[in-house]
Amino acid sequence: MNKLLPPETEVSRPFWDACKQGELQLQQCQSCDRLQFYPRAICSHCGGEGLLWRPVSGRGKLASYTIVQRGISRAYEAPYYVVLVDLEEGVRMMSSLVECEPGEAEVGAKVEVLFQDWGEGHVLPVFKLRDE
Amino acid sequence: MANPGSQMRGKVAFIGAADTEVGKLPGRTPMELCAEAALKAIDDAGLKKSDVDGLLSCSSMAQPLMYPAEALAEYLQMFPRYCMAVGAGGGTTFSAIHHAASAIVTGMADVIVVAMADSMRSGLTRDQAMQVQATTGHPEFEQPYGPTVPAYYALIAQAHMAEFGTTSEQLAGIAVACREHACLNPAAQMRDPITIEDVVSSRMIADPLHLLDCSLVSDGGSAVVLCSAERAAELRDDPVYLLGAGEGHTHEHISAAHSLTTSAAKEAGERAYQMAGLGPKDMSFAQLYDCFTPTVLVELEDLGFCAKGEGGAFVDSGALKPGGSLPVNTHGGLLSHSHPGNPGSMFALTESIWQLRNTAGERQVSNAQHGLVHAQGGIMSSHTALVLSRDGG
Repeated sequence: MNKLLPPETEVSRPFWDACKQGELQLQQCQSCDRLQFYPRAICSHCGGEGLLWRPVSGRGKLASYTIVQRGISRAYEAPYYVVLVDLEEGVRMMSSLVECEPGEAEVGAKVEVLFQDWGEGHVLPVFKLRDE
Repeated sequence: MANPGSQMRGKVAFIGAADTEVGKLPGRTPMELCAEAALKAIDDAGLKKSDVDGLLSCSSMAQPLMYPAEALAEYLQMFPRYCMAVGAGGGTTFSAIHHAASAIVTGMADVIVVAMADSMRSGLTRDQAMQVQATTGHPEFEQPYGPTVPAYYALIAQAHMAEFGTTSEQLAGIAVACREHACLNPAAQMRDPITIEDVVSSRMIADPLHLLDCSLVSDGGSAVVLCSAERAAELRDDPVYLLGAGEGHTHEHISAAHSLTTSAAKEAGERAYQMAGLGPKDMSFAQLYDCFTPTVLVELEDLGFCAKGEGGAFVDSGALKPGGSLPVNTHGGLLSHSHPGNPGSMFALTESIWQLRNTAGERQVSNAQHGLVHAQGGIMSSHTALVLSRDGG
């Protein structure tokens, strides 16, 4: 049984291609310079249609976290973390926290991205706690 | 400036309300439950189904239909001139009421039945139920990480605890208060008293949410009948008036919410209070959407019953309990009365009607004049608040 895989779209494909290269990239609007996540066909701030992909630091802080004690399917071995990460560049994303025991995470903790194989050639960004 | 809704204020009233049994009802389909609730509510209004010319419903998960409102009309052999299904998750119920009221005021229909039911307990296989969970989040940027429905709300709880020092015991106090109300309600699914210790020692589902922080999984249906205030006054001497209605919509996915600890219940409440010309202090009770305990905490704050961050202390004060300063979920709520999916908060509405008719039996709130009911759908995404009153003035 596989984990759930992200259904890529034409617009989001560069995000996933960058993950396969070990890099986190976000869309930046050429009109208003702002970053956005998740990827969209237009800038959700100003409506601009000129969006470029820009590598970002992959560093951020935990906005919140939970530990799922009963997995959503057999492919997900509980317990596991589901977290919201605020990237230094100002966008928030859902992810997993890995290499972290229960009790080690706290809201506000510094994290950094790493990349994990998710099956069938998909690579997802996940996070681990970052040393000071 | 936004239209405050003075054309709607006090112009619409509830004249019928009915619930089916709730809990575990094997062998009964959502359509059967929905039809039963609809007919009972029409009967409660003293009307015949031929008097009804508007019908609103929602899709059920156990019996998904492309056109559920039309299917219900067909099942009951009703032929409305206004017929629509609403889909806004747990907020579906009161969004439907908001639409129904608008339809009455604008002449789209004279008498509207809003009927909803689902069989989340008996009608879904375990795999189907997990599938419902797995399709809740953003398919591309949330679901692959395996969040369960409790996990989304756990993120809200954890953020509230970190920002304001809220404790697991305070969340548990919400579940205990709902259970105390349910103990007074013969129709509630869970009627055994529980303690804070019972809640915090129950199995952890998604930190910091324990099993008893999570709502029930139920079968059941519920319906109400609405018409103009003039017609209502002719039909019965205790109509319940809709004084205010407001909605707020900020996101669909929790990762896109601008705040984890303040929700669009704030805007929904402000709009409903403004229309009603009343405020939180005027409410005799509040029925707040309680799919998980942290939603009640955030809603108490956002709807103005206490300051932001003080929800935990407000729970500690005992306000939510029977006889408290703000009884919350007087039927027992989704936590202890029943939670048959999207129709869940219909039971908070029928309960409010009975409270304002002064017919709620042992759990009657004394001198109930005005009540606030609130529901949200998605993950604190889509909010509707209604202000109901004995008084149409």
